[in-house]
Amino acid sequence: MRRCDGARVRRCEGASACLFALAMLAFGGGAARAQGPGLGTPVSEAEIAAWDISVMPDGSGLPPGSGTAAQGAPIFAAKCAVCHGASGKGGPNAALVGGAPLTSGIDTTKTIANFWPYATTLFDFTRRAMPWTQPRTLTSDEVYALTAYMLALNGIIDDRDVMNAETLPDVRMPNRDGFVVRFPEKTP
Amino acid sequence: MSGDRRTPKWNDLEVVAGNGLLDRRVFLAGGAAFAAAITGYTLSEPVAAQQLVDAPWSTTAGLPIPDYGVPSRFEKLVARTLSNPSGAPRTQHARTPHQLLTGTFTPNGLHFVISHSGNPDIDPGTHRLVVHGMVKRPLSFTLDALGRYPMQSRMTFIECGGNSAPLFSREPVQGTAQALHGLGSCAEWTGVMLSTLLEEAGVDPAATWLVAEGADSLAVSRSVPIAKAMDDAMIALYQNGERLRPGNGYPMRLLLPGWEGNMNVKWLRRIKLVDMPAMSYYESRTYAPILPNGKAYQFYFLQEIKSFITHPSPGLSLTGPGVYEISGIAYSGNGRIAKVMVTADGGTSWAQAALQEPVHPKAFTRFRVPWRWDGTPAVLQSRAWDEAGNVQPTRAQIIAQRGETATAVTNAAAFPSQHYNGPTSWAVGPGGDVTHVYA
Repeated sequence: MRRCDGARVRRCEGASACLFALAMLAFGGGAARAQGPGLGTPVSEAEIAAWDISVMPDGSGLPPGSGTAAQGAPIFAAKCAVCHGASGKGGPNAALVGGAPLTSGIDTTKTIANFWPYATTLFDFTRRAMPWTQPRTLTSDEVYALTAYMLALNGIIDDRDVMNAETLPDVRMPNRDGFVVRFPEKTP
Repeated sequence: MSGDRRTPKWNDLEVVAGNGLLDRRVFLAGGAAFAAAITGYTLSEPVAAQQLVDAPWSTTAGLPIPDYGVPSRFEKLVARTLSNPSGAPRTQHARTPHQLLTGTFTPNGLHFVISHSGNPDIDPGTHRLVVHGMVKRPLSFTLDALGRYPMQSRMTFIECGGNSAPLFSREPVQGTAQALHGLGSCAEWTGVMLSTLLEEAGVDPAATWLVAEGADSLAVSRSVPIAKAMDDAMIALYQNGERLRPGNGYPMRLLLPGWEGNMNVKWLRRIKLVDMPAMSYYESRTYAPILPNGKAYQFYFLQEIKSFITHPSPGLSLTGPGVYEISGIAYSGNGRIAKVMVTADGGTSWAQAALQEPVHPKAFTRFRVPWRWDGTPAVLQSRAWDEAGNVQPTRAQIIAQRGETATAVTNAAAFPSQHYNGPTSWAVGPGGDVTHVYA
């Protein structure tokens, strides 16, 4: 039915302008809610799957697969060390291991170990953005392995720990409780 | 000059605050004659008067009109400064030259840009915006389809959460208004209200957040509370009347008036309704400023009330004693600017500035105050108030809450923290040069 409304808008511009004007009046000025012509195309979650790469802190969105630090080390050496240095010690881009206490100063370099509150973010960002020149080419197993490698380098998990959709959300990051919500009244 | 009889005698005008600040109402009383009396700021030495003759451009026909206009070739200095012009694999910043602009809207070619992995070259015909997650009907929108929705225009600033960050330095960082505050700009944005699309998709009442994601190579994503999405969020398609520039999100971006720049996701391709924040890289790490006690602020969201003087400012010299116009920009993520006060004596006394009408909510507002400079050292500063009652904090108040660096910052492009909205002080030396100081 909404598609029919959209077609009528095209044929009968004067009337549709009136309808829109009435809708604006009804909802007041400024950021008025407007009735749209309903031109969105239905799309299935299956069709969106390749784009739906959000991983939430509770682990929802994590794909099947798994990896360990031992599996991650050679992948890191091949695909990540060129920017982040051998064993994540830093290169042209950020170090991925270590970090000073946050009480060192307001400009302390933020690292996985001293700052990141959730391990799921490590999986999410690695999968969506890395490697820089070939984002979203890593397999899920590779991302789990690299995530495990970075967590193990920082002593947050053991070298033998298997990271997967069940274990990763349970990793407790050292700075999990290090945050103050700036505007609680605006934060659900 | 037909206005000679009304030409004011500047020396007779009442000084309303120390070091020669004059009453803002002389602008209204004197009209054009006052404007003519005001001395300009210069980028170079003034030249002596000389006999007027026809210049070459006055004795021959001019050039053909270009199909897309660009500024005069004499304005090449009016440009953004680039942090990473070769596109090395890291973030690129392009800063707006506030000290070379006036008015309130930023020309599209000078709007600030931060691209974390360059500007994607998006074909608008194949770009899609998907709304999915906790909705009744997951939907996909083409640019053509969105173009048939009812649109709104609103003037609003966008500012990076890291803008003005050098002012967290223990010692003042020397830099122009562009270097210190160039990661904020203002434009007229036109597009479709996000609430319209969300209502079409049918949002599950249990959804509390959405995750917005771009089509860039990093797929930059940020979590946004539903309340903001339903309030004044827009899918912006036009910027100052033309399609968005690639650096500003072509062909579509999320516009969250008054909220942190990075949340206004560019190249927007996906909105997922969810019931918790994603704790994405940029929200859980980058834009979470560290506090002096080692904790960090999370979900800063707002760009709070701020103002700074653009004229004069470092790089713009005063050419000798006389009457000048002090002007600058004030804005607040909480609404309209209500008042701006200006000091010329480092905060001892203040004069109220005139505000350029109309004053739009969450938009740059130009303020102006006339000033008779006597050639002695002066320290200029502005402070702003908004309609919600928020006051721009003093630097001492900010530092007490947020801290400052232990050692002086030497790189004006550094980000020692985020969300500085204190004042900026400019010292005018006896020779008319302007430097950055704390006062």
